[in-house]
Amino acid sequence: MTCESPPPLARKHPAGPVPKIALARAEPIAPLVRFALGEPRLDGALGGGLAAARLHELWPAQAEDAPSAAGFALLLALKAAGDKGAIVWIEQQARQGRLYPPGLVELGIDPARILFVNAPDEKALLRAAGDVVRSPAPGAAVIAPAGPARLLDLTASRRLTLFAEASGTTAILLRAADPQAPSAATTRWRVAAAPSRTLEANAPGCPAFTLDLLRQRGGAPSSGWQLEWDRDRARFTPLSRDLAADAGGEYLAAG
Amino acid sequence: MLAENIWRLGSEKLLPGMGRGTAAEGGGGGGLRLGESRVESPLHRSSTTARSTSRLRGYSLPPAGCQSPLRPPPHSGEELPIVFVEKLNNAMRLTALSRAAIALGLTPNLTLADARARVPELVALDRDHQAEARLLARIVAGCVRYTPMAAAEPPDGAILDISGCAHGFGGEMGLKADLVRRLKASGITAFCAMGDTPEQARALARFGHKTKDLLALPVEALEADAAVTLALRRAGLKTIGDLARRPRKMLAARFGDLAIRLGRLLGEQDRHISPERPLPPIFALRRFAEPIARIEDALACLEELGHEAAKSLLERHEGGRRFVARFFRSDGAILPLEVATGHPTRDPALLIRLFRERVDVLSDPIDPGFGFDMIRLDIGQCEALVARQDDHLAPSRHAEDLAELIDRLSVRLGARRVHRVRSENTHIPECAATVCAPSSPPTWEAAPEGEPPMRPLRLFDPPQPVGAVMSEVPDGPPMRFTWRGKNYGVTRWEGPERIAAEWWRRRDRGGRPRDYYRVEDAAGHRFWLFRHGLHESGGTPPDWYLHGLFA
Repeated sequence: MTCESPPPLARKHPAGPVPKIALARAEPIAPLVRFALGEPRLDGALGGGLAAARLHELWPAQAEDAPSAAGFALLLALKAAGDKGAIVWIEQQARQGRLYPPGLVELGIDPARILFVNAPDEKALLRAAGDVVRSPAPGAAVIAPAGPARLLDLTASRRLTLFAEASGTTAILLRAADPQAPSAATTRWRVAAAPSRTLEANAPGCPAFTLDLLRQRGGAPSSGWQLEWDRDRARFTPLSRDLAADAGGEYLAAG
Repeated sequence: MLAENIWRLGSEKLLPGMGRGTAAEGGGGGGLRLGESRVESPLHRSSTTARSTSRLRGYSLPPAGCQSPLRPPPHSGEELPIVFVEKLNNAMRLTALSRAAIALGLTPNLTLADARARVPELVALDRDHQAEARLLARIVAGCVRYTPMAAAEPPDGAILDISGCAHGFGGEMGLKADLVRRLKASGITAFCAMGDTPEQARALARFGHKTKDLLALPVEALEADAAVTLALRRAGLKTIGDLARRPRKMLAARFGDLAIRLGRLLGEQDRHISPERPLPPIFALRRFAEPIARIEDALACLEELGHEAAKSLLERHEGGRRFVARFFRSDGAILPLEVATGHPTRDPALLIRLFRERVDVLSDPIDPGFGFDMIRLDIGQCEALVARQDDHLAPSRHAEDLAELIDRLSVRLGARRVHRVRSENTHIPECAATVCAPSSPPTWEAAPEGEPPMRPLRLFDPPQPVGAVMSEVPDGPPMRFTWRGKNYGVTRWEGPERIAAEWWRRRDRGGRPRDYYRVEDAAGHRFWLFRHGLHESGGTPPDWYLHGLFA
């Protein structure tokens, strides 16, 4: 691993600095801040929302769901960053096309807030991710490796979690596929596209996701969540297809 | 090739000059009067400072290699008459002439047709003012050998402030002679004069051929408007002396800034010249008695150099944007390392961190070989950076801000890999956003309320062809398509949104329109497809492409 861990200080100076170090260690980590997704039942299942300043991991259920997973990761980053702070998009070259800024505008994300970082390989991606997550400057970071990402193992995810706790930057790891490996992430999600609520004249509606919460630290997993992204109010709403069937153009009222 | 240059100065005088041109200078320019230089030397005169002005003229410094075969004796009779022409008042007129052309009776301002009628073997060339400006800039750059305070006086002069600079050349006269000799060696005839102020030197160089007495110069030496000069002549004020004897108030009331010009010419008021010298780069270097062979030691030394450079940056209230460290190996190899920052900085700790990043990512690690015997840090680009007081309430530990993070990432990954995006004013989807520097946050307009996303999150550039599209002819939506070996059935769709080709940018004014459809399959995957072109009877059906994927 290329990022240095904090040096072990305790043993070296037994006399003077020990109380100071003990004090530093005893200093509580910043209180856990949670950000609500907007869907009350899911927020309740998460204990009030997703934890900020932690690592969250998600991957698409199938290869076709990759854009949905990317969209969900970006929306989580937007919710985590709130109104301030940049969102850093760290990506390894992918075959699924490039992130399209007008499409971000359509999701309610201002592309001016996004700093794009392209990493040539997985190692560089991991180093860049370490730097970004360790820095308190950005609000949130989305780390998108291509392929299986073998280097992003338990150790690396633990490291990213520690960095995120120290800096307050929320890290979202967007994997290309199910890693089939343990991870230290606070929550792990499987994301798939869901059929959207139909608009007038059989037109596709707002982005809709099917989410499986596979693991959460200190909570039970749950699956089968269906959410819809309401751009105008910048929050997720439960996807209810019945309401939409005859609501026609009034889908906004459903939020 | 020898050309001669004529200047009409004042009302009646023609002052010949001479210069040389080569084809390398793009046909050369016309005349170039080079130079007023002004110099102040308190060493020589205590009460009145002596300044010197040189006026040089000619055009074009030939490349060193082709001088001698091209240089005929100045007055050999067998030269071709060469003139430089320019379009003035809708007619091609001569504006600069070679000595041979003058000898044949040609004058400036003559039309080219008249000149050809008189001298059929005339060689006419277009006058190139840009080449003249380039030549002038080269001459000014060369004058830095005499003084750092050298400036161009367009179109054909140079002015030097030689205060305290003349002793190296045996006095002012020695300097002047050296300057004239060097310019003559390049084929440029120079007129030099010295004066107390730039204007005085300029007037003496341009008008002081008959007399060196300032008061005897014609009123044209003030270089005021033609109307003002005419008015002065009509009033019988023909020389500077006539004007100088008049009360200034009257001149100011009648002619405005003429009084200021007169004051400057007479040396009563000084306008300092602004020299064209590049700012000396800030650098720090360290030589070692014994070569050092460890990279760590070299970087530690670089950090000390960073501290030294930071001191001089602080004195100048500047911060560096580009830093180059050069490691001079004892066997003569030089290893340069360059880092750049998005904002000016003079923080040595940040600098050394960036250099360490740079060293870490070198594909070819630094090989110290037998050791480095010198390390030099150059700051190639500086910008203003005012000192800022820390907030005493803020934590003393320095929190890294986004700009520093961007710098670190750019140094490690390369500046192209860290960027933001800017919107472009075009409706061609793949051109709607371009990459821009991360330090300049662009502005984007928010999407209209109450609409589903009309643009995809992922865009394919170029669009990917899809096969086996079933659609209604001629302009129905796709009902079924194949992409990457999988079949998709469309359950919901919206469209078409027709985007025409930008015919105004195309030479053939053509280009096929694209009909875009947002479609969704049964599993909820959303695609952005388009039909490229229209159905024509008898033609092949248009192709379908997948341009993007929605979230």
